[in-house]
Amino acid sequence: MDSNEIKDLQIHAAHVRKMALEAVHAAGAGHPGGSLSVADILTYLYFKEMNVDPKDAKNPDRDRFVLSKGHCSPALYGILAERGFIPKEDIKGFRSIDSYLQGHPDMKKVNGVDMSTGSLGQGISCANGMALAGKLDGKSYRVYTALGDGEIEEGEVWEAAMFAAHYKLDNLTAFLDYNGLQIDGEITKVMNSTPIDKKFEAFNWHVIRIDAHDFNQIEAAVNEAKQTKGKPTLIMAKSVKGKGVSFMEGQAAWHGTAPNDEQYAQAISELDAYIDSLGGDK
Amino acid sequence: MNYKIGESVATRQAYGDALVEYGNDPRIVVMDADLSKSTKTDGFKVTYPDRFINTGIAEGNMMATAAGLSTCGKIVFASSFAMFAAGRAFEQIRNSIGYPHLNVKIGATHAGISVGEDGASHQCLEDIGIMRTIPGMVILNPADAVESNLAVKAAIDYDGPVYLRFGRLAVPTIFDENYKFEIGKGIQLKDGSDVTLIGTGLLVPACTEAAEILAGEGINARVINMATIKPIDKDIIIKAAKETGAIVTAEEHNVIGGLGSAVAEVLVENAPVPMKRVGTQDVFGRSGKPYPLLEMYGLDAKTIAAKAKEAIAMK
Repeated sequence: MDSNEIKDLQIHAAHVRKMALEAVHAAGAGHPGGSLSVADILTYLYFKEMNVDPKDAKNPDRDRFVLSKGHCSPALYGILAERGFIPKEDIKGFRSIDSYLQGHPDMKKVNGVDMSTGSLGQGISCANGMALAGKLDGKSYRVYTALGDGEIEEGEVWEAAMFAAHYKLDNLTAFLDYNGLQIDGEITKVMNSTPIDKKFEAFNWHVIRIDAHDFNQIEAAVNEAKQTKGKPTLIMAKSVKGKGVSFMEGQAAWHGTAPNDEQYAQAISELDAYIDSLGGDK
Repeated sequence: MNYKIGESVATRQAYGDALVEYGNDPRIVVMDADLSKSTKTDGFKVTYPDRFINTGIAEGNMMATAAGLSTCGKIVFASSFAMFAAGRAFEQIRNSIGYPHLNVKIGATHAGISVGEDGASHQCLEDIGIMRTIPGMVILNPADAVESNLAVKAAIDYDGPVYLRFGRLAVPTIFDENYKFEIGKGIQLKDGSDVTLIGTGLLVPACTEAAEILAGEGINARVINMATIKPIDKDIIIKAAKETGAIVTAEEHNVIGGLGSAVAEVLVENAPVPMKRVGTQDVFGRSGKPYPLLEMYGLDAKTIAAKAKEAIAMK
């Protein structure tokens, strides 16, 4: 990617972050920390990688994305709005009784959501099913999913990891949003799942380690995954929870807490300043 | 389908046979969690190996994977014992299949106490109650091989989640090939005016036998086969209540949550009449041979007939 392409992605990602925060602030509830950490991955997938069309969101040949860490719906709604699947003005309805934007993604209500998620551990299984269907039908679409690093404490993730390797689902790429924090604190203190990369390797996955906020590294990893035959790929993406908002970065407290008006204004002004610095439109 | 009336066939066998019979539809995928020899999906595995997916012993993963497959146009039959399908994988069924109303069929075999020797850990007496609480879930509990075959066909033709409940025990075939099956419709097997016996699964023949016992005592019992537990056939229940004035339900399930509860819900809101529920009385089962177990837990014609008289006495 040249520097202009990267700049474009960075601007889109900043808008996704702004909308994620707008959603959580308007609702007074939601999950900003993990939404900000996964925003760059989503931006890369939806703007650079996946074959998707907002006007034909159910096309059977499309690439698919499953937000296994479904509580980060603010980021998913942000990217869907930024990419034109849903109107940007609907974001502020997040979690409200008259909105279709549920607390966790509902595939029946939201254009562009490929799977209803929210109960941790299930999304990766669903992604496996989509990848397997692609194999059965001889289709070339690819399936992406994003796991939380707290989420992988669920046993089903490892059942799914076994399954994906057993059925050689090389059309599946899973991102691990490795921000190191879950609601109750550091993942190594709540329930130490490390070394995560070695565990997936032992489950016969191809594992790539990257910085979740470096678009060149995301691109290289996605391309490497596409070239990897006979096994699924885990992209272990070291991320910063709350990325892009100074006072949220690296703080477990921002896992599931909405900013107040003052905090929200500060967060938006930081992101706007960032967009300004890139020469983008706010 | 080629079953003769009176022939002893387990409904799980009929499930496996039906998957082979209708399996040439390329949309059909059969999944199992290492129990294909017991759930009888092994026939499909041999006939359509490319579309048979063994998940290993991981029922929760199987259900959510089935959900993913179904979003891509597959009609998935996810098979396990009722205990591990409805029980262990409840939440995957609820959130990944039920909530998005996906086209997954849950083939739950080894339901009820007639599992026999494996004992209480494997005798699922709660599955109907569990599945009934999921909005939009269809629940089918066929009585014999013919009805099982037709239930599988109906499930294929229906777009949405279906829980199919089958037994391990070989049971007599009671319907012939002309039998018409429709989701949501109870079938009256015998008319009667004094009491109505509503049975499901392997207790349907027991209801017919109970009606014969009652006839010997001058009591004219109506018999209804309720293969669809959800959506329950309200009309046939209300009609029976109004015309016979007393109801007995019979099921191989806890009296809490199953057919008895479903019928009681219809009665109290529409046509309250005396009612008795035959089923396990909120207890776990135990190891033993199937028929002695059924008798020990009061899941037989004798008990149904006795309960019918109690219900009539309450009129």
